[in-house]
Amino acid sequence: MAVTREAMLEPWEQPMLSQRLSAWDALWALLVMGGAGAAWWFYQSQMDGYEVAILFGSALALIAWGWYWKPARLFALAVAALTLLALWRYGVDYELRNSAFLLKYFLESQAAFMWMSALYVLATVTYFAALFGRSEFVGKTATALTWCATVLGMAGLLVRWRESYLLGADIGHIPVSNLYEVFVLFALITALLYLFYEDRHRTRALGGFALLAISGAVAFLLWYAFDREAHHIQPLIPALQSYWMKIHVPANFIGYGAFALAAMVGVAYLLRQHAETRRPGGLLATVLPALELLDDVMYKAIALGFAAFTIATILGALWAAEAWGGYWSWDPKETWALIVWLNYAAWLHLRLTKGWRGAPMAWWAIIGLLVTLFAFLGVNMFLSGLHSYGSL
Amino acid sequence: MSDTVTAHRPAQRRTLGWVLLEFLGSMNLAITLLVVVAVASIIGTVLQQNQPYSNYVLKFGPFWFEVFNRLGLYDVYGAGWFILILGFLILSTSVCLYRQVPGMMREMIRFRTQVRLDSLRGFHQHAEWRLPERAPADVIAEVIGAFRAGGYRWRVRDHGDHQVAAAMKGGYQRLGYLFTHAAVVVIGVGGLLDGNLWLKLKEWRGEIAVETRDLAARDVPAASRLAPGATPSFRGNVMLPEGRAANFVFLRLRDGFLVQELPFAIELRDFQVEYHATGQPKSFVSQVRIHDEEHLGDQSLDATIRVNHPLTYRGYAIYQSDFGDGGSKLELRAWPLTVSRLEPVDAKGEVGGALKVAGPDGPLGLELDEFRAFNLLPEPGARPGDRKFRNFGPSVGFKLRDAAGEAREYVNYMAPVQLEDRWLFVSGVRARPGEEFTYLHIPADGRNSPERFLRFNARLRDGEGLRALLARAPAPVENPDLRHDLDQVRLNLVGLFAQGGFAAVTERARAVVPADRLQEATRLYLGILRDTLAEVFLEVLREEGVNLEQGVGEREDAFFNDALSALAVLPLYGSPFYLQLTGFQQVEASGLQVTHSGAASVVYTGFVLLSAGVFLLFYTSHRRLWAWIAAEESGSRLVLAGTGNRRQAEFAREFAALEATLARRLGAPAPLTTSLPEAGEGYHLRS
Ligand code: HEM
Repeated sequence: MAVTREAMLEPWEQPMLSQRLSAWDALWALLVMGGAGAAWWFYQSQMDGYEVAILFGSALALIAWGWYWKPARLFALAVAALTLLALWRYGVDYELRNSAFLLKYFLESQAAFMWMSALYVLATVTYFAALFGRSEFVGKTATALTWCATVLGMAGLLVRWRESYLLGADIGHIPVSNLYEVFVLFALITALLYLFYEDRHRTRALGGFALLAISGAVAFLLWYAFDREAHHIQPLIPALQSYWMKIHVPANFIGYGAFALAAMVGVAYLLRQHAETRRPGGLLATVLPALELLDDVMYKAIALGFAAFTIATILGALWAAEAWGGYWSWDPKETWALIVWLNYAAWLHLRLTKGWRGAPMAWWAIIGLLVTLFAFLGVNMFLSGLHSYGSL
Repeated sequence: MSDTVTAHRPAQRRTLGWVLLEFLGSMNLAITLLVVVAVASIIGTVLQQNQPYSNYVLKFGPFWFEVFNRLGLYDVYGAGWFILILGFLILSTSVCLYRQVPGMMREMIRFRTQVRLDSLRGFHQHAEWRLPERAPADVIAEVIGAFRAGGYRWRVRDHGDHQVAAAMKGGYQRLGYLFTHAAVVVIGVGGLLDGNLWLKLKEWRGEIAVETRDLAARDVPAASRLAPGATPSFRGNVMLPEGRAANFVFLRLRDGFLVQELPFAIELRDFQVEYHATGQPKSFVSQVRIHDEEHLGDQSLDATIRVNHPLTYRGYAIYQSDFGDGGSKLELRAWPLTVSRLEPVDAKGEVGGALKVAGPDGPLGLELDEFRAFNLLPEPGARPGDRKFRNFGPSVGFKLRDAAGEAREYVNYMAPVQLEDRWLFVSGVRARPGEEFTYLHIPADGRNSPERFLRFNARLRDGEGLRALLARAPAPVENPDLRHDLDQVRLNLVGLFAQGGFAAVTERARAVVPADRLQEATRLYLGILRDTLAEVFLEVLREEGVNLEQGVGEREDAFFNDALSALAVLPLYGSPFYLQLTGFQQVEASGLQVTHSGAASVVYTGFVLLSAGVFLLFYTSHRRLWAWIAAEESGSRLVLAGTGNRRQAEFAREFAALEATLARRLGAPAPLTTSLPEAGEGYHLRS
């Protein structure tokens, strides 16, 4: 991927950031701020000071994201368009979800998630087809599928947010309140992270692996929805009725998503290394990206995950201080978050200060994901504690 | 590891202290500790912490209970050895800081204008120009122009035969290490101070003793009391019934507790629980009043406490953490089930209290455990999917304990419950906690009372009454002897049924009838029994004054069938009476948690440091550039080199762009320059 556009954009001749921002960047900022302003105007009655702050904070984050990574803009616009369409169709009648065609088969949150699931699975297959068929076109298709799935899923989440309010003003809440909803979030964030690296490193070779993790999440999602009927919107238990949830949970899932991505890259790393030793000329050894690149992406993903997880855990502690009467209670979920965090801290030290590279780190990243998975799923399933909301 | 960390370590002699520092600050120890803490933390998540010790004894048996107890596994995170490991991690991090920081700070400000040409050429990013008709001065000018445009700071140093322009950018990246690791220390120390360290210290000094008896707060001896401010931090709970006040909280510690006194009193004026239509709780709200002579005088402070909305008063935070019953007053009616007498006994009781009642064999203890004003439960026969809930109204949960100490648990619903189109009083029973309840369904009569069923039941146990009744009934057979025998059979069957249900009847049949005729005999017995029971039931109806001119109505018929099913399971019910809840006055209690966290501000400072530090470490990079310029022939030679301590790929691109820019200004570099590197390669060659 030698020298890229970015290289030429480096500021050696035109120093000021302000000068590097184009008119489009300005327009983007205005658009997002306008959107946030509108949201505030319509829903201020529902928001307390913190939530207003969160709203405009996330608006700023979205602007920055769009500046830093251009495709984010198109993504955000597409999601916004679909969401508004759904909101317009809904009006104030939740029951329309069963009658109105557009909602019933397309934009009602449940329907949107089903589309998302189908497209992600399809994309997984397509990515592998592109990898082993060495087809640029098929690869482009896979990327397009992944984008579509992500747009629909994200729109579905936002629509679900609205639906919860249509269900009852006292029921309404951001849809990150139960395993079902956060699994959707997990799939979306992992996909976005992957798409970012795909764009930055100009390689689709990792797509199949990243999407494999996502398809896993999708499988759980479907089982959870159809077997356990978990897809119904549930009112919030008192412990979760707080603005903290809006920032704590998403931050956590950036972490989880990044760790998942790192692990899947680790798998690719091991496969390629294995192939190189066994059959150097073989298919795997040639279609997969260079070990250096894999190693680099793995590190970047874990670093991002670690940073996000650090913030998320801190936010969690601050929330706990407000809801449970102490910033740390050694509650199983908290404790496992600490375990995950320490584990990756150790990983980072080995890599940076001891210069470890390659297979051991890849294996560790994979095991790290298992630990993370337990912190994320296992704790809720097997261990009791405040996070399982025994009493309140 | 990154260039600097090893670079500037002052040479030291191998004294003992030095060896100790080496060990404590060593990366291996650090990583080991990270993993060890992680693994040790798992214990407390798989073994439920701070349960009543009796639970553990049951679970592990006396031997292992004692072993685990010695290891402090029931409160791992407060155990000495765990705190010791944490302490080590903190110490190790501090030592690491002590050894790294000076070097890093120096690295942050120094420009390193002392570089040798070959070391520059050794850098992964470097390029070289031969510039025949350019004077060193204007080459330097060009280079510095580029540095400035790139936002680099620089120093130029003249070494006589050559000059070096050393530039750098993002030195603050080095603060990332300082912030992150300082944060680990700060948070660690703060956390330990907020933990139960102080209590352990006082216990160890023998100043306090854990109270393990089940005492009311006021009876707890001074040795187990903590005055306000005795420790900088604590976290305690108190369960307050409506209308009561408390100026203390309980700190649970191992298998007992301590009483932490508060410098003010909290009065619970009202407690409210709201529910969603789906049955989940919607909100828990306590209306409290703070009494505090010292600070409020005879005024008092009213406040509302909800989950996620604690009240902070004088540095004490008061949370909504739990709820329960504050001793609701119950009116009860005990209907005898095993005797021919119908008259019920009325009693009054309080949740949490116990009554003595007479049983057929010895007195029974009636322990009133729980009262619920309403029970939102899944609709009977609803699939788990369709979330249909119904309010089954008030219920009382109680235990019946016999002289031997054996207890059965019951839960009785106050109002009859509609199942299909019938109304039934529901009473659940189980022999052991944790078991599923099995239910007795008593049909409700026209006056919405269990009385008709209970009278029916009483009649069946009144031998004389039955005899008389059968005598009065129209004769099924003429022959008086036959009739006498038949009546005797009927009485026996009813007796068997009353004692042992249908099972007992079939039992008897099996006992007295040869196998080949068993079936028809059993059918015959059950037929006779049913007719007899019907006779008795009709009698009960007549006494009630139900008009039977044109036969028995449908409702009576359904009632009869329900009554038979109830009677059939009655022998298994295990209680000599049916306890009816006839009235109540609910008293709710709110569980409040009161905390005082002396070191919270310390820990929060650590949080800020940590957040800032991690981002500095990952997303900034301390980059250095060197331009080595010497006069050569008529012109000059330029060697450009650079390195960054993070984000190598990005730096490679940045360097490539700089090289391109200079090439545009000075002409193409000499052929021997590097080609642009693949992303990530930078990691392999570290300068
Ligand atoms: C809970 C404890 C610790 C945490 C969370 C932590 C966190 C970190 C992080 C996030 C990094 C950056 C890694 C990277 O940029 O890839 C780092 C680097 C480093 N850590 Fe730690 N660390 C901890 C304990 C320690 C200890 C005990 C030592 C002492 C041996 C240590 C020594 C270092 C060193 C030398 C670096 C490299 C700094 C640099 O070159 O910029 N860390 N640490």
